[in-house]
Amino acid sequence: MKGNEAIAEAAIRAGVDAYFGYPITPQSEILEYLMEANPYEKTGMVVLQAESEPAAINMVYGGAACGKKVMTTSSSPGISLMQEGISYIAGAELPCLIVNVARGGPGLGTIQPSQSDYFQACKGGGHGDYHLLVLAPASVQEMADFVELAFDLAFKYRNPVMILSDGAIGQMMEKVYLKPYREREKTLPEWATTGKPPTRERNIITSLNLDPYLHEKHNQKIQAKYREMEKNEVRFEEFQTEDAEYLFVAYGTSARVCQKAVQLARTEGIKAGLIRPITLYPFPSVRINELAGKMKHIISVEMSAGQMVEDVRLAVNGQTEVTHFGRMGGVIPTPEEVLEDLKSKI
Amino acid sequence: MKVVTGDKDIIQPENLVYKRSSILTDKQFSYCPGCGHGTAHRILAEVIEEEGLQPVTVGVCPVGCSVLMYDFLDIDMQEAAHGRAPALATAIKRLLPDRFVFTYQGDGDLAAIGTAETLHACNRGENILIIFINNGIYGMTGGQMAPTTIPGMVSTTSPYGRDVKTMGNPLKITELVAMLPGTCYVTRQSVHTPAAVRKTKKAIKKAVEYQKRNMGTCFIEIVSNCPSGWRMTPVEANKWMEENMFKFYQPGDLKVPPEEPEKSKDDNE
Repeated sequence: MKGNEAIAEAAIRAGVDAYFGYPITPQSEILEYLMEANPYEKTGMVVLQAESEPAAINMVYGGAACGKKVMTTSSSPGISLMQEGISYIAGAELPCLIVNVARGGPGLGTIQPSQSDYFQACKGGGHGDYHLLVLAPASVQEMADFVELAFDLAFKYRNPVMILSDGAIGQMMEKVYLKPYREREKTLPEWATTGKPPTRERNIITSLNLDPYLHEKHNQKIQAKYREMEKNEVRFEEFQTEDAEYLFVAYGTSARVCQKAVQLARTEGIKAGLIRPITLYPFPSVRINELAGKMKHIISVEMSAGQMVEDVRLAVNGQTEVTHFGRMGGVIPTPEEVLEDLKSKI
Repeated sequence: MKVVTGDKDIIQPENLVYKRSSILTDKQFSYCPGCGHGTAHRILAEVIEEEGLQPVTVGVCPVGCSVLMYDFLDIDMQEAAHGRAPALATAIKRLLPDRFVFTYQGDGDLAAIGTAETLHACNRGENILIIFINNGIYGMTGGQMAPTTIPGMVSTTSPYGRDVKTMGNPLKITELVAMLPGTCYVTRQSVHTPAAVRKTKKAIKKAVEYQKRNMGTCFIEIVSNCPSGWRMTPVEANKWMEENMFKFYQPGDLKVPPEEPEKSKDDNE
């Protein structure tokens, strides 16, 4: 099945309570699949086509504030429109899932796959000091698996989680193992706004704090959460790094290209390896720092002008040279191109 | 405290004709003297109390003067981004269909930045109540021109009066939502006299009933004042509102459910 369809089917099976979305290429199959599946009949999952991306993300806010498992999906220009809502959701500490099946920008750009939304996804995106927990799938299987994982993490930290995918993985067809149906949660968190019973104080979901000292405290609390994530939630995968002298750092589609480039390099006697960050935030800085000491050169391969490379450089901290290689505007680099770039550094 | 008239205590349960609603918190309203928000909050609180809705009510606050509404009402509430309250309320009602869900929004929030969310929630016929406070001005930010500022009206961003040729026309959004098939009850009220307060409270009670029966969106506009923003005393502001705002925004029902036309007609007389 397609990556987009895998997300949709996995959402139904993960016991998601609601999906709110607005059509945009290359991810419209998600909304189409859900509308056709009509999960309301089966699991009670609400699926609603909103009038815009700002409306969709604010529906997510409203649903998440009721303690429900709520998600939306979009692609780059639509995700830009959602940034206001995402900032509010992060400020109000609400769990939810946002999927970006990214395409090339800036502006209307192209409908072809791109990784040029890394900064937006990992560095905040909207206003204020906040982070999403960002998962980067590299296969259709991970598109499916990360839905449930995303909600588990979102509720664990009361923080929005983003799956940062791209048009290639969204449109690509692969074999998928789907998990069995999980029942929708019956008990809602104690902070949820569901109507005030006499047994508790009223619940208020807000990101507003007019007192700067109180608001600083609130910010400190959120920052402490990010430090916890950095401690507990870093995920990555390594490929032939044991004896590697040259390292690729790449996620998603680029990681698959690099895996092939590593194989090609090895046939020519070049000891190349790959580390694939699965969580882009929190970033696997510690592991990259460890590996860097052994490397003659590190290349951050991205379908962008070079965004993740900044985090790679911070992680490497001057131990070895770090450069970026990538294609922009919706072009996917070939393994041969990547190998050529590597050879130019030897 | 005991109030004694002659030798008789008059404060007895059987003599009680008015009390502060238990749904109002002890927090003092942050509104300016003479502002309609306090009265609107109070009657909404009374309806929630009288109808026993506290355990099932989820409200949505706007951005504007009533941004801190959740400080004043002892109910579960969510704070929306500017203009987005109907989107939040849509999700709340869809996920918790047996709750009483309302939004409380000002004119800038509802009729400018939130126009799309307002119209589409109403057009989908979401089973929610939208309370729309229209004072023709952005109060919280200091009295700027709103989408509802009437022609010729002075504000800080229309200091020579609203010139519709260059600044555009005021938006009668209530008339607009009344045309949409999703709304079941659309009415324009006010809270500047005891009679008006009673009618508005009655309108809210009706909306509660219609929401229970899943009849579609209820939309109650409350034409209100802004003594601070209008640079008037409370008395002057109410007089100005009656003489000018009511000409443009005529009070009364704009749409009532088909089965009760007679009853509603009577209410307006």
